[in-house]
Formats: sequence, structure tokens, C-alpha cells
Amino acid sequence: MALISFTNKGIFCKQGGFYIDPWQPVDLAVTTHGHADHFKAGNKAYLCHELTKPVLLQRLGIDLPVQTLPYNKEITINGVKLSLFPAGHVIGSSQVRLEYKGEICVISGDYKIEYDGISTAFEPVKCHTFVSESTFGLPIYNWQPQKEIFGKIRKWVTDNHLQSKTSVLIAYSLGKAQRLIKNLAGDTPIYVHQSIANLNDGFIKAGVELPPTIRITSDIKKEELQKGIVIVPPALADGKWMKSLMSASTGICSGWMQVRAGRRWKSADAGFALSDHADWSGLLSAIKATEAEKVFITHGFVSTFSKYLNEIGITAWEVNTQYGNEEEEEILKGA
Amino acid sequence: MKRFTELIQQLETSNKTNDKIAALVSYFSTADEKDKPYVIAMFTGKRPRRPVTTALIREWAIELSAIPAWLFAECYHNVGDLSETIALVLPPANHTADRKLNEWITDLALLNGQEDSVKKEFILRAWDSMDTQERFIFNKLISGNFRIGISNKTLVNAIARQSNTDSNKIMHSIMGKWTPDQITYQELIDGAHVNTDNSWPYPFCLAYALDTEPANLGETTAWQAEWKWDGIRGQIVKRNGELFIWSRGEELVTEQFPELHFLRDELPDGTVIDGEILAVKDGNIQAFSILQQRLNRKTINKSQLKEAPVGFFCYDIMEVQGIDIRNETLSERRKKLVELMSLLTTRDIVVLSPAINFENWEQLIEIRKESRANNSEGVMLKKLNSLYHSGRKRGDWWKWKINPYTVDTVMIYAQKGSGRRANHFTDYTFAVRDGEKLITIAKAYSGLTDLEIKEVDSFVRRNGVEKFGPVRTVKPELVFEIAFEGIAESKRHKAGLALRFPRIARWRKDKNATEINTLEDLRQLLASTL
Ligand SMILES: [Zn+2]
Ligand SMILES: [Zn+2]
Repeated sequence: MALISFTNKGIFCKQGGFYIDPWQPVDLAVTTHGHADHFKAGNKAYLCHELTKPVLLQRLGIDLPVQTLPYNKEITINGVKLSLFPAGHVIGSSQVRLEYKGEICVISGDYKIEYDGISTAFEPVKCHTFVSESTFGLPIYNWQPQKEIFGKIRKWVTDNHLQSKTSVLIAYSLGKAQRLIKNLAGDTPIYVHQSIANLNDGFIKAGVELPPTIRITSDIKKEELQKGIVIVPPALADGKWMKSLMSASTGICSGWMQVRAGRRWKSADAGFALSDHADWSGLLSAIKATEAEKVFITHGFVSTFSKYLNEIGITAWEVNTQYGNEEEEEILKGA
Repeated sequence: MKRFTELIQQLETSNKTNDKIAALVSYFSTADEKDKPYVIAMFTGKRPRRPVTTALIREWAIELSAIPAWLFAECYHNVGDLSETIALVLPPANHTADRKLNEWITDLALLNGQEDSVKKEFILRAWDSMDTQERFIFNKLISGNFRIGISNKTLVNAIARQSNTDSNKIMHSIMGKWTPDQITYQELIDGAHVNTDNSWPYPFCLAYALDTEPANLGETTAWQAEWKWDGIRGQIVKRNGELFIWSRGEELVTEQFPELHFLRDELPDGTVIDGEILAVKDGNIQAFSILQQRLNRKTINKSQLKEAPVGFFCYDIMEVQGIDIRNETLSERRKKLVELMSLLTTRDIVVLSPAINFENWEQLIEIRKESRANNSEGVMLKKLNSLYHSGRKRGDWWKWKINPYTVDTVMIYAQKGSGRRANHFTDYTFAVRDGEKLITIAKAYSGLTDLEIKEVDSFVRRNGVEKFGPVRTVKPELVFEIAFEGIAESKRHKAGLALRFPRIARWRKDKNATEINTLEDLRQLLASTL
């Protein structure tokens, strides 16, 4: 019998009696990371990496039974050996490795290959069965090294300063925001929206080293913001507050910015193709490195990507899940 | 080419015309002198011959990127632009080359007539020296198809500002005959190859939409009524033996309408008239869709001239014997226009747009109902004592359009909007029924209230069937009435026809998807308007 199955509640490990990133309430939810499409409230108990816990608590707002694990430490649940490996997606994001009677299965959640400077670097894990996302599973999505992208962002900020414009970067509170803070920290002060500041506080308490940032409050003058870098979640990209800024120039940081149509669709002044998901070659190299006999493809370009994998000799199956709406959930939360 | 690439990026990242103009001004102030005329040529559609076919370029890109053809097609489908798709799938470059735009263009032109193997070697080597952005630009140079949302007007305004020159003068100059390899930027600004004094147009006098009952306009005797034609508003200028035709967009379109060139011989010097360019066959005004075949073309062939001949319906006259008469009243100007028309020996091509005879407003209301029958959009009301204003002035000229056509459709795709509504699904694609299938007929962005948008938005979130980048396929359930101004044949659209100015008239919550219109209904409408 297979170690995992795909049910209408989520990815289920029958032998272990738990689910991985379920979208309907269950007893035990093993949680890869805190993005809203992989983590729902309402489960009786959670198991996640120790740096994902502050995110869950922040989002739940109440204290719930959350058991944590460091990377690479094995525990056993109903005979199933379970351990977490870094997924490189956001701080604390994990691939879940399951082993039972010699069969190994890895559920990777969301992941990226390139080290982003703040999330523990992705680690390939050998397995028989691998579950992979495919958010950017088309060969048009190949990222530039982040060093180059940050170079562009810095130049953009400098240009904005010269034109007395306020630089506003639009980024998810969890993941992209910390990545920007870590890589843009320097002489220019960084101002963050409270949803980001709250998460940062949680991370700092849990021992993550983050460069200093300033929480945006009504006391802060617009002239000050104009001299710094402002980071806000997508929910604010479009509101009254943005209009109140001194000639704001908005820059969206997202993999979708790779394509002109994606940039046009968002009415941003600049788009930076900076993603926390693996690009095309990243997905392929990660999947090959697992040496898995069977690959399940979840959210993204599911059918195209699985078709291609099968053509190059990797047995892949399409799986229908409810992942992939990171962005919208975040918007609803902020609204 | 890096500077040009940067310009394109700037032009694409802003939606604001002022930013675009600023980017162009900065470009023309700093770019390589030799590059500038090439850029102007490209943006105004002066295209060199395409040196390599699209099929070959595509084939080489697939080969080089080592992906199957079906996957390339999938990518193209997502990106929506071949040049960009190729730029994105190619493997990273192995070396760099900083060549100037004009050098690339010159070299590409030299490929014409060469063996395919020579072309391939050149293109592959070029790709291998460029980053993604440069490749995209380079591929566009090959296709010569640079549609980046810069109107001639925007370009002209930027050059005018950069060079501190009047914009009409620049417009005349760049619409004249020149080739980028034989002219300098300064010569283009100076208009060395044209006499810009001769072409000078007047700003058009415009009308407001009538927002009241005509009875509130007072005595009918103070008003002149005309048909509101559905063509291209135009201005004809004849000075010092030269003829110029300007369109409402303040673009020179003289070369596009050879039928009107006889005016060069028949109009006296120092004449400027205002009117409408229309497709006219055997004395009958044709639908706008017929005229459309003649628009935005660089060359006009014999069959187009035969299929869609144009005429000019004169509304007004602004200059007589070199004297500006815009401060005379409409009735005085009209007399002079009638007089001028009687001088023409070529008949039936350039004619007086007739005034409508009516005794009282009730009668005009009845007459207006017949607008469609003569392919007009309604009625114009002009005060007989009105002067020819620059632009709009409330109270003197009114347009009184008839109601649009409508069709019931079902929504099949939704996409998020921009600006204020970036977080909501506000851009929709609508379909009509064609047998068992649904076939796309229009896209529309506006027409719903904020409340309705929220309602549609939540429907889309609950009923999204498929996600394709930013686009959602939705369950075909919501029925909308789409209003539109006209209908035309279109090879580019799957339906074989396209609606003009489609917009959402209302959400038909009372109807379900089985009750929408069919493609056949629209075909019949098309046939009836031809
Ligand atoms: Zn995620
Ligand atoms: Zn995900």
C-alpha cells in the first residue's frame, strides 16, 4: 500500500494517521510552511519546523498545540519515521520526509533552489516518491541570480531618490519581505508594514537574525519614508495609504514579472522577477536529484510539466490540490 | 542597443503618457545620433523588409533551447508574443557584444537574399551575445513589428519637447518621405525634406454629448442638424500647391487616401476644410467596418481601392484664400463651403454633408431613428451662430447619438484589473453560442458598479475552472448584455467577426447561459450592415 494518498482533505499518510498541508480540518496537520494555501486554521494539532511556529501563532492569533522539529531530526509516528528538510522557500519552510518499511516519500511543499540569504538552503533528499509543486513549470521561467536582481532593485531605489519618489516594494509578508530586508539592508532605512513587522518580531524572538527595520506608524512623516525603502504586502498595493505617499513608485517582486504581460497586468511602475519558487531548471534539477521512481505534480503548470517529465523518462502524475492561491489569501487577510 | 533596450523597458513599465514622453525626451537627448532616425522610423511603422521568416526563427529557437515543439507552443500561448517567448526560452548567452541599434538594423537588412544557412549563423551568433531583454528587442527588429503602445502623437510630442519645436511641424516632418539611413535627427526636426508651413492644421472643433431633451435647446430655427457620420474625422489642407489630409488624432494620413488627391488640382490654395472620411460605394455610405480595411495601412492596393473606396463629407470650412475664418458664424462659413463645393469638377467623392430639414423637435426625433439605415451614428446639432472653436465649448455643438447594438453573452474568462481594481477580477471575456461550443466575441473592462464587480469577483473565485497565469477560466454561467457600436469581419478573431467598442450594458441576472445569442445572430447582423 502506498505511503501517501491524495484525498479531498489533503495529502494523507494513512499509516501515520496524519495529513500534510491539509485544506480541511484534521487531527494532525504536518505543515510545510505558513503560506495561507498550505496552512489552514482549524486543525486539532500541528507539526512543523521550529521557525514556522511563530508564523502559525501569528496567523492563528491563539495558542494551539504546535509541535516543532529542527531540520534533520527524526521522530516516529505510528511506525512512520518523519523528518524535516530545508525547502529554501521561506524561513522555516520544510520538505517532509516519510519512511515506512524502507519506502521513502518526500513532500516538498513549496521550494526554491537558490540560497536567498535568509531561509535555510534547499537540500535534495533521495526518495522513492516525490511530491513537487510546478508554479513556474515552463521553460520561460528561468530566474536570474538574485545578486543581479538585487542590483537592479538598488539601482531603481537610487533613481527614485534622485527623482524624489518614494520606493515602495510589494512583497508577501512571509518570505519575500524578509528576503528583501536581508539583501537590501545597508545605509538606506527600511520601513515595513505592520503585518511584516509582526512576523519579523516573531522570527527575531525565535532567534532569527534580521537586519533592523522600522515599523510604519502614523507618526512617521512621509518625507522620511521617501528617503528610505518601503515594503508592503500586496493587499496594500492599491489602497488609499499608497496614494498618500509622496509620488510613490511601486515595484512588484514576483516570478510573474518575468513576462511582459504579467508586468502589464499589474499596474506597477517596475517589476522584478524575484521568486521564492523554483524556476524551470530548478524544478528539473531538484526532481532529478531525488532519484524518485514516481513524481506527483501539484499546483502550477501541472499538466504541461508532468507531460514533459514523462517525455524525458520521469514517471509523473498530475495531482489536483487546493494549493496555489498564496496571493489571494494574503490579500483577503489584509483587506 | 542597450540604451534602446532601456528605453523600451521604460516605455513599457509606465501607463502614464507623461512618463512615456519623459522617457522619450531623455532618450533623444542622450542616444547615439545615428540611432535616433531608426527609432523614429520604427515607431512610426516605417518597416524594413523582413530578412528572415517567422517559421525559421521559431525553428531555430526550438532547436537551440532543446525543448519539444509542443512545449514551445505552450510557452508561446502563455507569453502571447513570439519575440518574447524566444527571448525567454533560449539558453543564456556565452559572450557579450555592445553593438549599436543602427548597426544591427543595417546588418539584418544585408541578410535579405542570403542563404538560410548564412542567416542562421548570423541570428544564432547574435542571440548568443544578448541578454533576455536585448534578445526580445532584436527579435522585434527582425519582425519589424514594434507595437509598444506609442502613438505617433506621443512620439511627436516628445520630439517636439526635446527639440523645442512645434508639434504639428514635427508631425508633418516625420510623416513625410525619408529613410533613416539618409537623414539625421536634426534634419528631421528642421523638416528639411518638407515644407511644414504648408501643412499647418487647425485644432478640430468638438461637440459634447447631448444630455438633455432637444426641446430644451430652444427654437429650432437657431440650429443646424446634420448626420453624425461614423468614419474618421478629417481635415483637408491645400496650400501652395500641396495637399494634406489630417485625421482627428492629428496624424497625417494623406497617402492613405489616393481618392482624395484630385483636390490638389481642384481646391484653391489657402483652403482648409473639416469633414468625415467615409467608405462610400455608389453614393451610399458604408459601415465603419468597410472603412476599417483602409486604415493604418502603409500601402493601399488596387483591390482595397475597389472594395472600400472612400469619400469625404464636408462639415465646415476654416480657411478661405489663406484667411482664417474660424471667427465667422456657422451660417456664414456654411455659405462659403457650399460655394467651394460648387467649384469642384470631380463629382460625388468630396461632397457637402447635408443639413437635415426639420420643422420641429418631434420631427427630428423621428428622423434620428432612421440613423442606422444610412450608417450614421445619430445626429449633430450645431448653433447657426457658433464660431469654429478650438476643441470643445459647451452649448454650441451637440452630438446626439442613437443607442448602441446589444448582444447577450456569457462570461468565460476573467482577469484581474489594474489600478484601483487590481485585486479584483474586472476584465472579462464574453462568448456567444456556436452550436455546442462557446466562442469568444468580446472583451470588456467597464460597465459594472463596484458592488456588482465584487459579486462577479466572488463568483470567479468560487468557480474558477482553470488558472492560466493571471487568467481564470470560469464556469459559463453569468450572462451579460454587451453594447457595441458596430460589427466587422475579422480574420484575427476566431468568431470571424469583431465588435466595435464593446462594453457591458448590464448584468442579466434574469437570464441563464442557454438563453444567450448565437454566432449566427451576429453573422446576420453583420450581413445586414454591409
Ligand atoms: Zn508558499
Ligand atoms: Zn504553494
